[in-house]
Amino acid sequence: MLKLKCPACGVEAEETEFAAGGEAHLKRFGPGSDDRDFTDYLFGRKNPRGVHFERWRHAFGCGKWFHAARCTATLEVFGTYSARTTEPPADIVAAIKARRPGWEGFK
Amino acid sequence: MSEAISVLGGARFTGAIEITEAGLQGMISLRGDLADAALRAAVTSATGADMPDVRRITFGDTGQVAWMSPDELLLLVDYARADAVVADLSAALANKHHMAANVSDARAMFRLHGTGAREVLAKGAPVDLSPQAFGIGDLRRTRIGQLAAAFWMTDAETFEVVCFRSVGEFLFDWLCVAAEEGSLPEFL
Repeated sequence: MLKLKCPACGVEAEETEFAAGGEAHLKRFGPGSDDRDFTDYLFGRKNPRGVHFERWRHAFGCGKWFHAARCTATLEVFGTYSARTTEPPADIVAAIKARRPGWEGFK
Repeated sequence: MSEAISVLGGARFTGAIEITEAGLQGMISLRGDLADAALRAAVTSATGADMPDVRRITFGDTGQVAWMSPDELLLLVDYARADAVVADLSAALANKHHMAANVSDARAMFRLHGTGAREVLAKGAPVDLSPQAFGIGDLRRTRIGQLAAAFWMTDAETFEVVCFRSVGEFLFDWLCVAAEEGSLPEFL
């Protein structure tokens, strides 16, 4: 069971109130891109064991999308943050580094 | 003109607590920039209530204002007034990006009254409903059982719950089962 804090409405709620939206921070490739990039964008996912950045939606609450950083092995949540960003903010990265000193960093 | 009826026509249940279907209730969904001065003034003139904080509901002379999301409010007014209030809001916000819609007939509303009301809701909603964590004027949009719903406290023993009309009968039945006499854990 995950407990996530929705950055939009400030609620600390459990997993059943949210809907998972897959990996966050995908780089989009649209019309005009080559087939390899487009295939990767559609189907290629990191699926790591460890630190992972995900999209979530507060489906039963305020309805807003946000991002969460968590560990796929232990389900530890490092933090949640607004989806209006292309990479994790500094405080989230610092929180992950504090808990996972060996983490290779984002990207 | 067809006669408007609420989803269960004011159904009532008395068990560990009293559950009442609230009958016809005017509800207006208002979306827009909640920090905007014109929007705030229009909301206050429609309901007499102040702008609510995050996850709060405010009570005025002619209506209530519920915070639904960072860009959405639910205005509760008399059923007969709802269309006029929507017209007033649309006029006041004519040059702003917004949406005001009368959703009265798309929703159902229930009133839960009794000392055990917290425990009845706590059976189905993943929310801390202890008196320390949830009080008068607090509001949560969440789920009850598997249904999307919102509820808030109007006084120390009364909750009001809104959900979609299409699932209103199911929610009423669900609440009645949860409020069976002798079924409350008496923990909260």
